Amino acid sequence: MRAGKRFARDDVRASAAAVPDQDDPDVRAVQEARLREAWAPPRGLFLRWTDVNNSAVGVWYTLTALAMLLFAGCLALVIRAQLAFPGSALVSASTFNQLFTLPGTVMMFLFAVPIFEAVSILLLPQLLGARDLPFPRLSAFGYWSFLVGGVFVAGSIFFDAAPDAGWFMYPPLTTEPSRTGIGADIWMLGLSFIEVAAIAAAIELIVGVLKCRPPGMRLNLMPLYAWYVLVVAVMILFAFPPLIAGDVLFELERMLDWPFFDASRGGDPLLWQHLFWIFGHPEVYIIFLPSVALFAMIVPTFARRHLIGYPWIVLAAVGTGFLSFGLWVHHMFTTGLPSISLAFFSAASEAVAIPTGVQIFAFIATLWAGRVVRSTPLLFGAGALAIFVVGGLTGVMVAVAPFDWQAHDTYLVVAHLHYVLVGGAVLPLFAGLYYYWPMVTGKRLSDRLGRAAFWLMLVGFNVAFFPMHIAGLSGMPRRVFTYPEGIGLDLPNLVSTAGAFVLALGIAVVLADLVLSPRRARGPRNPWSAGTLEWLARPEEHWGVRSVPLVESRYPLWDQPGFVARHDEGRFFLPDAEEGKRELMISSVLDAKPLQIGRIGGPTVKPLLAAVSLGGVFILTTFHLWIAAAASGALALGAILWWLWTGTSVMPEKPTKHAGRGVVLPLYSSGPVSPGWWAMFITMTADATAFASLVFGYLFYWTVHPEFPPPAAPGVDGPGVLGPMAALGLVVLGWGATVGARQTNARGRAAAARGFLGLASAATVAGGLAALWGPRSSGLEPALHVYPAVVWVLAIWMAAHAAIGVLMQLYVLARSVTGRLTAAFDGDVRNVCLYMHFVLAAAAVTFPLIAFFPELAS
Amino acid sequence: MSALRDRARHRPSTLWALVLPPAVWAGHFLFCYVFAAIHCAKAGPLAPLGAVRGAILVATAAALGAVLAAGGVAWARTRIPGDPPPHDESTDEDRARFLATSTLLLAALSFVAIVFTAIPALMFEDCR
Repeated sequence: MRAGKRFARDDVRASAAAVPDQDDPDVRAVQEARLREAWAPPRGLFLRWTDVNNSAVGVWYTLTALAMLLFAGCLALVIRAQLAFPGSALVSASTFNQLFTLPGTVMMFLFAVPIFEAVSILLLPQLLGARDLPFPRLSAFGYWSFLVGGVFVAGSIFFDAAPDAGWFMYPPLTTEPSRTGIGADIWMLGLSFIEVAAIAAAIELIVGVLKCRPPGMRLNLMPLYAWYVLVVAVMILFAFPPLIAGDVLFELERMLDWPFFDASRGGDPLLWQHLFWIFGHPEVYIIFLPSVALFAMIVPTFARRHLIGYPWIVLAAVGTGFLSFGLWVHHMFTTGLPSISLAFFSAASEAVAIPTGVQIFAFIATLWAGRVVRSTPLLFGAGALAIFVVGGLTGVMVAVAPFDWQAHDTYLVVAHLHYVLVGGAVLPLFAGLYYYWPMVTGKRLSDRLGRAAFWLMLVGFNVAFFPMHIAGLSGMPRRVFTYPEGIGLDLPNLVSTAGAFVLALGIAVVLADLVLSPRRARGPRNPWSAGTLEWLARPEEHWGVRSVPLVESRYPLWDQPGFVARHDEGRFFLPDAEEGKRELMISSVLDAKPLQIGRIGGPTVKPLLAAVSLGGVFILTTFHLWIAAAASGALALGAILWWLWTGTSVMPEKPTKHAGRGVVLPLYSSGPVSPGWWAMFITMTADATAFASLVFGYLFYWTVHPEFPPPAAPGVDGPGVLGPMAALGLVVLGWGATVGARQTNARGRAAAARGFLGLASAATVAGGLAALWGPRSSGLEPALHVYPAVVWVLAIWMAAHAAIGVLMQLYVLARSVTGRLTAAFDGDVRNVCLYMHFVLAAAAVTFPLIAFFPELAS
Repeated sequence: MSALRDRARHRPSTLWALVLPPAVWAGHFLFCYVFAAIHCAKAGPLAPLGAVRGAILVATAAALGAVLAAGGVAWARTRIPGDPPPHDESTDEDRARFLATSTLLLAALSFVAIVFTAIPALMFEDCR
């Protein structure tokens, strides 16, 4: 019984008369020529880098991340060479410190997370039958940010300036500039910039999954990859901001001597560990889930059947996403926290094994129930599962606190994390590489070389990392540059080193395969006979899909008769680009009902310019070149404003357009229907998480001190009540006036709206200044004690948000005055209103907290 | 009972319902951790847990109740009349029942995870 309404079909039938004649080959040829022109990539030695299409940016992104993997891998081989024999002096202890810090950092921040963003940017639009992601220029901006920051961090080792205190940068070792040199600054500022790229990707991917699905692809038909991407992108919003907040505190301590992590002045190094691992543990799952997602696409193809247990996989993805935030303290079991605290985290660490196991069983069940076709991608996937399960089992062991007390900081943990991450992330990525290479290039990789590479990697990996379990249980600590002879560590280390080189050989075979690829002949489209939408792609066309399909199944290429031909003949939606614009379908969250035709930007240098100049701010700050950094910041602001002014919320030349098959859709939307509003909402969710981390810091200091705030003394007196309360009142006024501007503008009263915007910006400026005036008037000295420092940070946070709010309000005012904002086209003012809602919420927490908490606590 | 079931079935679907059970787990987890951590930080490393254990057990009962309620609503919605699983048609019913099934599974996982979190409150007597 199929009682449900098939809205899209009904719509199509109702208006069949308006369908253009797709039977006419000439009509189709004209449509294709127009589409081809609209989506043509820029050519030329320099201009080609202004491309923003996901098929170009995704490929650059992937190749850069792979280059980072190889770079870090080479450094890791040096580590293994040094540790092959006891007492070796191949590298000095100081170089060794850089060698273990940088590969860890590069692997986690510059390979594992970016490769997820890269692959998702490349694949997601194809999986959703979309022509691109909703904000292609943001993808390009993210990529250039990653490239600039990544080269800066990775290149530091060639100047003997690499970070050398472990990839987690624990203070107090790292917060004292005399002990660590510039390496810690490079780590902090370089990675902060890369976190910006991660959040940009998260915005892109969440909006992409929720708002850019093709008609008919309701939530229950979404490719599982999209479910995983959605979960991971949301995790990024809650995992990365605490680290950004930690980075802010860390750099303030290094540059201005504000004692957040200095116990002698009331700070606490444990706060860094909390903030780092609130990021660091979810990050492991941020790396793991997208790789499993690739597996969820590969398994059904080679099992030749639908995946068994679709809702169980959704359970696994969402469940892991949540539970992974309850694990962070298991990295801190030996820091002396109360046992009951450890026990909570131990419990959650065991619980997360449940959803992780569920998805593995779903894959096994699918393979079991299907008719398995052997292939290289499946081989890599199966090997990955085996390795991952071993890592998972040691994970269940180290999640038990008393066992961890013994194993902490030994090579057992090194073995565990490599089994989890190589099995859970690296090998599935190689599976994905072999699987999706034909989609991107049109050519298959060699099965013979692939199999050889797989066995070399599988054997090499196990030979390299299994003995580390033994070395660890024999007591070998992590991060030592050498060890004495004859304490049982000689053989395991030598074997590990041999295995590492076999593993490297396997990766070299894959590289050789990739290098040979351009010389091979083109293969067929959809070489694996897969059932999902990404195989509609043809590498020579840049439009993504010829027409946006009507989806009625999880595997439309298998289940919907004539699907590929109908797609190719433009019989679905948006088969044309009459106005020469890049267009995609915006649809509703639950049911993918078409809502709007979204127009997106084409090639431009603006994101590149914005990324490079913003990168300049971070890099120049590292070297304390304040004036140059400020100039670079002004340039970045200019580039971003130029980009926004010319490329966003553009008024279309007509209100509606035929989407094909008689469906008529608006060309403009604002508020919660529009992708821009969602992007602001998501950005501000990340921002609110960073803010919450700072508030957590304030309250954390209260819990660890018998008396907090400290007894009154010059320089540590609270910010008073008047300043914070005045700031709160002014921010409320600024918020109210912005809402007033939105309401009056919607009623067509432009003059009143402009008046409200003027009032709003004045009030917001005054609010920001009042936020700073409180701690300044009471003479709070941030270098004296952590209490004045943390109050200053909260005040500065609010002032900075007020400053951004003013910029936005003035921007909207300018849009209104120049006629770019009207009652019907009001996206900008709605988005700024949304921003102000978040500022209001932050103000309602911050100002009462800093004004009244001292009273309350005493 | 059947009136309740009908109400559960006729509510519009949202994605928020899907994340409600694990969000309850998160709230319960944070409450347990923060409450115990503040107590132990303020009362000293050897202090008995005292009221913390009772509070955690009350919070656990409340959280389990909330998850059961969410699971019950999801259970009713999985049985909206329609074709049997898998819910892989592009119809309102299949989408609603798919979301309900996933919510039900998440409620079960959250139930187990909440019980896991509560066990330490039964085992530990002081802050050591």
